[in-house]
Amino acid sequence: MKITFPHIGNSYIPIKAMFDDLGVETVVPPKCSKKTLEIGTKYAPEMICLPLKINLGNYIESIEKGADTIIITGGCGPCRFGYYCEVQKEILRDLGYDVDIVVLEAPEGNQIELFRRISRIANTKNIIKISMAIKNAIDILKKLNEFEDKVLKFRPYEINGNEVDNLYNELITDLENSNGSKEMKVHLNRALKLIDKVPLDKNKDALKIGIVGEIYTVIEDFSNFDIGKKLNRMGVEVHKSLSPSEWITDMLFFRSFGMSKEVKIWNAAKPYIDTCIGGHGRETIGNTVLYSEKGYDGVIQLMPFTCMPEIVSMSILPSIQAEKNIPILSLIIDEMTGEGGYLTRLEAFIDLLRSRKDKKQLEGVN
Amino acid sequence: MDIKVGIPRALLYYEYYPLWISFFKELGAEVIVSQKTNKEILYNGIINTVDEACIPVKIFHGHVMDLKDRVDYLFIPRIKSVFMNEYICPKFSGLPEMIKYSIKNLPRVIDTEINFFESKEHLNDTIYRIGKYISNDYGFIMSAYDKAHLEYKLHRKNIEQEKAPFVNEIKILGKTKANIGRKRRIMVMGHSYNTYDSYLNINLLDKIKSNKAEILTPEMIEERYTIDYAKKFDGDIYWTFARKLIGTALYLIDTRSVDGIIYISTFGCGIDSVVGDLVEKLIRRNSSIPFSLITLDEHSGEAGINTRIEAFIDMIRWRDVLEDNISAHG
Repeated sequence: MKITFPHIGNSYIPIKAMFDDLGVETVVPPKCSKKTLEIGTKYAPEMICLPLKINLGNYIESIEKGADTIIITGGCGPCRFGYYCEVQKEILRDLGYDVDIVVLEAPEGNQIELFRRISRIANTKNIIKISMAIKNAIDILKKLNEFEDKVLKFRPYEINGNEVDNLYNELITDLENSNGSKEMKVHLNRALKLIDKVPLDKNKDALKIGIVGEIYTVIEDFSNFDIGKKLNRMGVEVHKSLSPSEWITDMLFFRSFGMSKEVKIWNAAKPYIDTCIGGHGRETIGNTVLYSEKGYDGVIQLMPFTCMPEIVSMSILPSIQAEKNIPILSLIIDEMTGEGGYLTRLEAFIDLLRSRKDKKQLEGVN
Repeated sequence: MDIKVGIPRALLYYEYYPLWISFFKELGAEVIVSQKTNKEILYNGIINTVDEACIPVKIFHGHVMDLKDRVDYLFIPRIKSVFMNEYICPKFSGLPEMIKYSIKNLPRVIDTEINFFESKEHLNDTIYRIGKYISNDYGFIMSAYDKAHLEYKLHRKNIEQEKAPFVNEIKILGKTKANIGRKRRIMVMGHSYNTYDSYLNINLLDKIKSNKAEILTPEMIEERYTIDYAKKFDGDIYWTFARKLIGTALYLIDTRSVDGIIYISTFGCGIDSVVGDLVEKLIRRNSSIPFSLITLDEHSGEAGINTRIEAFIDMIRWRDVLEDNISAHG
């Protein structure tokens, strides 16, 4: 059994750690590239959203590298993410690929069924072994997310330039070359210590931007043209409102837990929308309100073309922009998006924020 | 003076209008339904909606614009789920918000949540909360609903009986001359607000009829059939539209009661991007019924649609004669 899975950001690292610990062979799909997207676009339904196209490309590239089992995280409605697994199954079947597809979800909160599926792919029924592997993977994911957050936060303040980037690249290479969670944790802990020691110019006047929107386009840097790095280069501190670690705990242990953080976001969204509209539509609204309250200079909403929940949020955002006095830019991404036009829009938005901030500071002085 | 309740002639209006109209009428309100979709409504919809929304949602905004200055209340319920374990569409859940934040100076909006995802237990509560805008008498509201519901049931029955497909009729006719000369029967699939809004679909139904073919829509198939057939689909269906359309497709494949299937979808529809594809795969894999997908948006040209329909129906006719297998799918 050779297991593969779709890419979303760097989460392939903890997933690999988990299977390494369990002694199961994995095929990490090649990094998302134009070729991946091209393959996906060719076989996916024309109007489906971007994440499915990239996922499909990931599977096919992995299958060509020898994978025979695909793991998909399931979802439930009302957005079309819940149909991903059916659509992908049909496409792979039509293409004649003979692969096993395992959906990782707790159907209707049924943890036992989830565990049964996990034990099937984990090749062991030893609950302790499995839970240790999952626990370690989640630990790694959390640490990795912490590191990524710091990268986005520190990069614009760097004094010597490229130090953070070098550390980041080094860490990823180390993690990719290591086997099992133990080794990975050592690398992560070291990198987390080192990144705090990078000399920063804290007095630098950087803009702060929060990123909200559909989770895949927020997390997967291939789909958003590495928006974090682009903004950092323009001297902007970036915070992403969604991270894979939260999403996975959300997915596996079922939503209605009502974690304190989630409740806070929902409360912030309440004056505008007081119900779940699928995907992360409500979180987009809530996080935008929170960013405006935390004094961010602007918010960017990312979404794939035709994303249903985000379209609803998009029609509410102009009212938040007016009431909370925070500029919001919506960027819609699909396979036709050109990097040049995208960059121009980002630059124009940053220019606007910059002059807005300068004006405010001038007024403050006078 | 009567209270005026405005109902936009868009989206689920096409499914539930007898229920909604007679409910408010029974309550003693004056019901005003917006005009049929026209150029002005479409234009107002396009300029008042976020660009990314699909055309049916834009048209809904246009209908709200048409009504908002002549009514006291607008009926825009938040329809999340009308069937257990099924949703409608994320945009329907957020529809009241989309309207409120896109259109200014609205009258009061009846935006009660209709959500039977978990159970229908709170049906009475939902009805009462909608009726409360007009009347405070619980009994009165309930009896108004009962009357409206009877009317709705009658309406459903009429539609189903109107053109109830004669199962296997085509198969029975077989290779007879009567078959070649007969009217072709085309299933026009899609969301009811696409198939029944003749402005949006550029009179598609009439166009097909004028090509000497008769029409069948998913609404004309008894609901219990579509529910039963949808259960045969391997996979979890959690959209009501998906259940209806996949059920219809499987019903047609099994009964072979139509000569062709036209699926009307709208550009950017999230549901159709999945369901349209699944339905097409099902039909192509399990039958030889001709299938055509027509995607509509605000730029649809009439000539292009005409050509496609004529070509589709010609193809069905030629098939009988040229392929020498009178019933290609019988």
